[in-house]
Amino acid sequence: MKTIQKQAQALLCNSLLASAVAVIFATSALADELNYSNKLLLTGGVSQVEGAAGGGLTPWAVIGGYGTNNEVGGSVHYTYVKTGDYKLDTYGFTIGLFDRVEFSVAEQSFDLGKLRNKVTAGLGADVFGRNQLTQTIVGLKVRVAGEAILDADTWMPQIAVGLQYKDNDETDFIKSAVIGAKSDHGTDVYVSATKLLLAQNLLLNGTLRLTKANQFGLLGFGGDKHDSYQPMLELSAAYLLRKDLAIGAEYRMKPDNLRSPANDLLFGGANVVDLKEDDAFDVFIAYAPTKNISLTAAYVNLGNIATVKAVGADYGNQEGVYLSAQIGF
Amino acid sequence: MNINIKAATAALLATATFLMAQPAIAEVYAQNPNLGNTPMEGTATFEAFGGKEGLVKIMDDFMIGLVADPRTKPFFDNNKQTFIKAMLVEQMCELMNGGCKYPGRDMKASHANMKVNREGFNALVEQFQFAMDKHNVPFSAQNKLLAKLAPMYREIETTTGDAVPPVFPKAE
Ligand code: HEM
Repeated sequence: MKTIQKQAQALLCNSLLASAVAVIFATSALADELNYSNKLLLTGGVSQVEGAAGGGLTPWAVIGGYGTNNEVGGSVHYTYVKTGDYKLDTYGFTIGLFDRVEFSVAEQSFDLGKLRNKVTAGLGADVFGRNQLTQTIVGLKVRVAGEAILDADTWMPQIAVGLQYKDNDETDFIKSAVIGAKSDHGTDVYVSATKLLLAQNLLLNGTLRLTKANQFGLLGFGGDKHDSYQPMLELSAAYLLRKDLAIGAEYRMKPDNLRSPANDLLFGGANVVDLKEDDAFDVFIAYAPTKNISLTAAYVNLGNIATVKAVGADYGNQEGVYLSAQIGF
Repeated sequence: MNINIKAATAALLATATFLMAQPAIAEVYAQNPNLGNTPMEGTATFEAFGGKEGLVKIMDDFMIGLVADPRTKPFFDNNKQTFIKAMLVEQMCELMNGGCKYPGRDMKASHANMKVNREGFNALVEQFQFAMDKHNVPFSAQNKLLAKLAPMYREIETTTGDAVPPVFPKAE
């Protein structure tokens, strides 16, 4: 049942993506002719890892796409994260309506093939049964106050509230005794405040998120340590070097909900399968060669995701690269 | 409990007032009713623009850009160009503490017989950025001036719908 629903969902997402791409190319051809679109460069942010407009890890209060308050904008994006032992692919689209409402869909695929091989070799049995964990994230964001870019003479930031509904496809695995997540779906709720300090070339963002998600939801929601919503703080700062070039850093708190039930069941309570979750941070550079394209490269550190030292999978500190491309209008 | 609520409300109100307050505005309008914002301190930014001479050259190219850009052309492809450029030079010069006195109208009055929307406003900012780039004004100096200009959208933008340009005779 779940698989059929999932396939239908994936199909819908893909066809939505295809039509979004078509619209974007049609519009960007038009925009090329005029050679302009109507928001200022980079002021729509880039697509963060869950599909909302923001930095790399964190949603911002800006509305995605280059549409102004009487226009519709949007973008498609692809993001590749490669840490020492894992890989994450994300693609999706974002639509901004009248600089007020943002709608986004993202598909994530997390590759843990390397861990699977180690564990299978160590145990002599394949308890994973898959190399990828996938999930769909549907996001909604509404700007409720302020004007991040133009209100340069007040401290009042732009404020938005948002939610991200996440539906993980790997129900059996994430709820299994290996992971012990309590649910395969969940909704994050957040409020973001973004301010451009134009005279200082500085953009600041703070986001407060209520969440139960383990590793963004890729390892499900809730676990044996915690199964309730917890507030998490996310901070970004970007320094504008040129109107098309920004560097910055981000920090994102993450909950630490999981304790593998297998540790009690099989290993007498020893922390053999270590699922301790750490906070994430990144240092990024974002470049917009034209109005329609933005490219982001970052060093990212996700900390521990899943470590099984007993089988030689000592994967404690997952750091690596984050590369993202976005085409928008 | 009651007191707590009162205290909380007072604190919230105080914060809100602090956030919303545009500290210098009352002062500005007393000093210079039409400029639209407070002048800068020091003259470093003015110098980065090449002084008044530099401003004149930038405004010449700015106007060429405004007329070439389909989003702003209807507003500027007319016989007001020389006047608007001269006014902009005085306004920017005074905002950058360059020793000028802007003689024009305030931002609300000068944009009253037209309808400007956000596209138009951003288009103008972009054309201004192109002109400043062309004249090698450093990015951070550009942003110091833009920070003075950006808030003027509150007086200048008068619609979230279609733009309506003013009706002026064409330039000879
Ligand atoms: C921060 C942005 C802007 C500034 C600082 C600015 C400044 C000025 C100034 C100083 C004048 C002359 C004032 C006077 O008549 O005494 C003027 C006039 C004018 N502006 Fe703007 N302006 C801005 C944005 C815009 C935009 C976005 C448009 C349209 C897209 C526009 C269209 C015009 C027109 C058509 C006039 C001539 C009006 C008349 O003479 O009746 N301006 N502006």
